[in-house]
Amino acid sequence: MTIQLRFDLARADFRLSVDIEAPAQGVTALFGRSGCGKTTLLRCVAGLEPAVRGRLVVNGECWQDEASFVPAHRRPVGYVFQEGQLFAHLSVRGNLMYGYRRIAAEHRIVNPEDVVELLGLGSLLDRRVTEISGGQRQRVAMGRALLTSPRVLLMDEPLAALDELSKADILPYLEHLHEDLSIPVFYVSHAIEEVSRLADHMLFMENGTIRADGPLRELITRADLPLVHGEQASAVLIGHALSHLDDEHLSCIHLPGGTLYVPRISEPASGVLRVRVLARDVSVARQPPLPSSILNCVECTIAEIIDDPHPGHCLLKLKLGDQYLLSRITQRSRRQLGLAIDDRVWASVKGVALT
Amino acid sequence: MLPDWIGPQDLAALWLTLKLAAVTTVVLLILGTPLALWLARTRSRFKLAVESVVALPLVLPPTVLGFYMLMLLGSQGPIQALGGPSLAFTFTGLVIGSVFYSLPFVVQPLQNAFVSIGAGTMEAAACLRAGPWDRFFTVVLPLSQRGFLTAITLGFAHTVGEFGVVLMIGGNIPGETQVISIAIYDHVEAVDYASAHVLSGLLLVLSFLMLFTLYAVNGRMKMVLP
Repeated sequence: MTIQLRFDLARADFRLSVDIEAPAQGVTALFGRSGCGKTTLLRCVAGLEPAVRGRLVVNGECWQDEASFVPAHRRPVGYVFQEGQLFAHLSVRGNLMYGYRRIAAEHRIVNPEDVVELLGLGSLLDRRVTEISGGQRQRVAMGRALLTSPRVLLMDEPLAALDELSKADILPYLEHLHEDLSIPVFYVSHAIEEVSRLADHMLFMENGTIRADGPLRELITRADLPLVHGEQASAVLIGHALSHLDDEHLSCIHLPGGTLYVPRISEPASGVLRVRVLARDVSVARQPPLPSSILNCVECTIAEIIDDPHPGHCLLKLKLGDQYLLSRITQRSRRQLGLAIDDRVWASVKGVALT
Repeated sequence: MLPDWIGPQDLAALWLTLKLAAVTTVVLLILGTPLALWLARTRSRFKLAVESVVALPLVLPPTVLGFYMLMLLGSQGPIQALGGPSLAFTFTGLVIGSVFYSLPFVVQPLQNAFVSIGAGTMEAAACLRAGPWDRFFTVVLPLSQRGFLTAITLGFAHTVGEFGVVLMIGGNIPGETQVISIAIYDHVEAVDYASAHVLSGLLLVLSFLMLFTLYAVNGRMKMVLP
């Protein structure tokens, strides 16, 4: 279950040159700055860039090589455009069914009732697409793409054109997609918060090339990549079990090497417990901390000390079981505590976001 | 039974005018749609030249166009030299002349309509498994209804009002190539102002009604389609 991509596309001021193999399961984020070629790469997969040369094999099926090029309308992909690109002359229902009607009945895996339910579109079906909100439009765009029962779903910054409220409105639906469907997703984004909530795997792009690729959890904590330096620098941890303290309205997420407490949650449908911890929300101490109101405190080992672009700060990469946490502290604290690699420290976590 | 306020020859001219305008509009839609699609999508370096040629009838005196048409279609023209029939002073010749004469009035509204649909919408349709013809009939056509309506009305109305080109290549054969605008000219020459009034008034009302309907329908569609 893999997607082999080898693309070469030269433009006047830009060149895309990619040769990788990506997993055809889960969510793969195409991440990088604006103009790094993420969208172009996605368009190459969809067959929307006829000028590209190279080879594309999806689960053993060749979509493009030196001798052949399957045109966009014959590729089993679903594409969600940044601006939705809904058909203004059709209702919401007409948009949803446009692709579905063009799929042979025996190839239909996704059915309209499920999509309407999953994306909460029931009350919108007879509305005109010009009358609904931006967030609703993007949900229709996703539903429309899903209803072609695609072998791979390509999403080009589906949230970028939305305001914060609409984003918050649509993210849960995206997470449902992730949990409920076994369709692999390629997700283009330049927003690390989105990516770390949704993605399992990451292709980190720079100037038309893939600078790094691997599991998301590894890439976002890698010292040689710029991801660790942003305000939003964070680590993603996977828990293996969930228990509840009912009388205290808390849930415990059990990780190898520690336990994190969060306000009472219910078990995610997928059974996968992902938590995201921002580097700026983690502080460290030499000793187990004195009794305090901070609930989450875990014992870790310092795996790496990374210089921060800000000269007064540094980043600690902390090993917790077989996973990593990031902590951003000042150089002054580091000196005062005499922190060095392999030291044992206690990490206090101020905020835990379940993703 | 003929109404007594219009002579049989004038009636024939009116009928011929409407027939000419209808045939010309159909031919223009068939030729103009692919041309407008090409102009709307192409990045070819010939685009500007082709656009300018299409727009020529807007600025050129119709007699100039008619003169070249006569040279092309007439008895010493290249079409005859290649063994074709002489098309000057025939209905077919009139249609060919009118097609060139009204070309910009059909191609430009269509081109604008196609440009406004945008490449993204077409790509979305392709990613939803619609092939090129499918995309044309299920996305391009419905989204450019207003463009087509404008193109049909302007193409038809402009052909109805044609004078110079027709005079040059069609001559003035009653019942065969005499159109209404030339019939009016004849009446005025013969100081038969009564008949000229009838035909002119008819043309005025007809043209007004066509344009009024176009704007009314377009305005209503604007509220439905963006």
